[in-house]
Amino acid sequence: MHELCSHRHSTENITLIKKAMAKSDVKLLGAWPSPYVMRARIALNVKSVDYELLEETLGSKSDLLLKSNPVHKKIPVLIHNDKPICESLIIVHYIDEFWSSGPSILPSDPYDRAIARFWAAYLDEKWYPSLKGIASAQGEEAKKAAVDQVGESLALIEDTYVKLSKGKPFFGGEKIGYLDIAFGCFLGWLRVTEKTSGVKFLNEAKTPHLAKWAVRFCADPAVKDVMPETEKLAEFAKLLAKFRAGPPK
Amino acid sequence: MADEVILLDFWPSMFGMRVRIALAEKGVKYEYKEEDLKNKSPLLLQMNPIHKKIPVLVHNGKPVCESSIIVQYIDEVWKDKAPLLPSDPYKRAQARFWVDFIDKKLFDSGRKTWNTTGEAQENAKKEFIEIIKTLEEQLGDKPYFGGETFGYVDISLIPVYCWLHAYEIYAKFSVEADCPKFTAWAKRCMQKESVSKSLPDQKKVLGFVAELRKRFGLE
Repeated sequence: MHELCSHRHSTENITLIKKAMAKSDVKLLGAWPSPYVMRARIALNVKSVDYELLEETLGSKSDLLLKSNPVHKKIPVLIHNDKPICESLIIVHYIDEFWSSGPSILPSDPYDRAIARFWAAYLDEKWYPSLKGIASAQGEEAKKAAVDQVGESLALIEDTYVKLSKGKPFFGGEKIGYLDIAFGCFLGWLRVTEKTSGVKFLNEAKTPHLAKWAVRFCADPAVKDVMPETEKLAEFAKLLAKFRAGPPK
Repeated sequence: MADEVILLDFWPSMFGMRVRIALAEKGVKYEYKEEDLKNKSPLLLQMNPIHKKIPVLVHNGKPVCESSIIVQYIDEVWKDKAPLLPSDPYKRAQARFWVDFIDKKLFDSGRKTWNTTGEAQENAKKEFIEIIKTLEEQLGDKPYFGGETFGYVDISLIPVYCWLHAYEIYAKFSVEADCPKFTAWAKRCMQKESVSKSLPDQKKVLGFVAELRKRFGLE
């Protein structure tokens, strides 16, 4: 004890201990392909919070996951000082509220917050399911209907971006915010769907504002290291399809 | 400048009830507008063009949609009285989690107790009880989900209480028998004027459900 208290080394030791503790204080149960996990990672990055990513493997759920999220048994789960927080948008709110001294993620005005929350809920309840619906559509007619639906809702999101950004680079204004994170996390899977369906959804011709926004979003320091490459994600999609189809009959 | 607050609602809606309770808790004066969902008003279609659903809170001409978003909005705007969400970030995350759980599971399950028959109805009844039991576990021995004070989770859940009578009649079960703690909590909430004045009479709801069943060809 006496040695540790020597002035020359004590502050360095404390800093090292704090850093080591800080990283293990914050764990994220997740998987690199998951857009929902990406939301949590981007939010943590915005706040410059060090965390440990514990990757779950496809097809099995770790004991820690089952213990931390017994109700839904899903990722992401943020474990902060051994306390679990579940559901990606709830995790993003928590990160914003706990690390309140970092850059804000939710807008400050209550009405703007309500609007951001509304659109995030729309993305989760309507938009992303319709995107996934393209891959599962049976037959040409169903596929066309699914494609049209995604196109229409993207036009809506393009309009929303114009209204909410008011000429600024992001939904959140000068810097990325809640709705940028809520929507941007789906860009990887959107690109994979464009590849597999042969239909372009987000581009200069159809969604000029979102096309530019997407480039800015993916280049953001909080995003670029956690956004998966489309090629890698497409490979994973093939693996996932095989896994879901089960063993050959 | 006085606030202009309008609530577009439909009397049996459990989502609408959440907003009524929240406004009452905060002592906010508002104009209640009953919507005929078979003939939606131009105002509703203008204020909620995406979903065309109630409840919609129109505050000084600006619409807020989705009941849990509206309740959070009410809490943030009228923040000087009766806080609905806890102040601690972790407790807030827990409250949001349970409201999300209620939204994802409770209402679909409840609906199936009266709009299905046979095995599907039996399963719906079992599932509904399981959901209530999960919520009971969360409540524990606390007077309210938030602890000592009535809050966001309580507001989000209590509206189901006026629909239970209908569920119980059609699926033939008793929530009180299977979930006494939940029932005690519900009765405690009903003691509050903000709740008792916001929930319609359970017999009136039963009549409404009977009408719906006729329309679905179940009667």
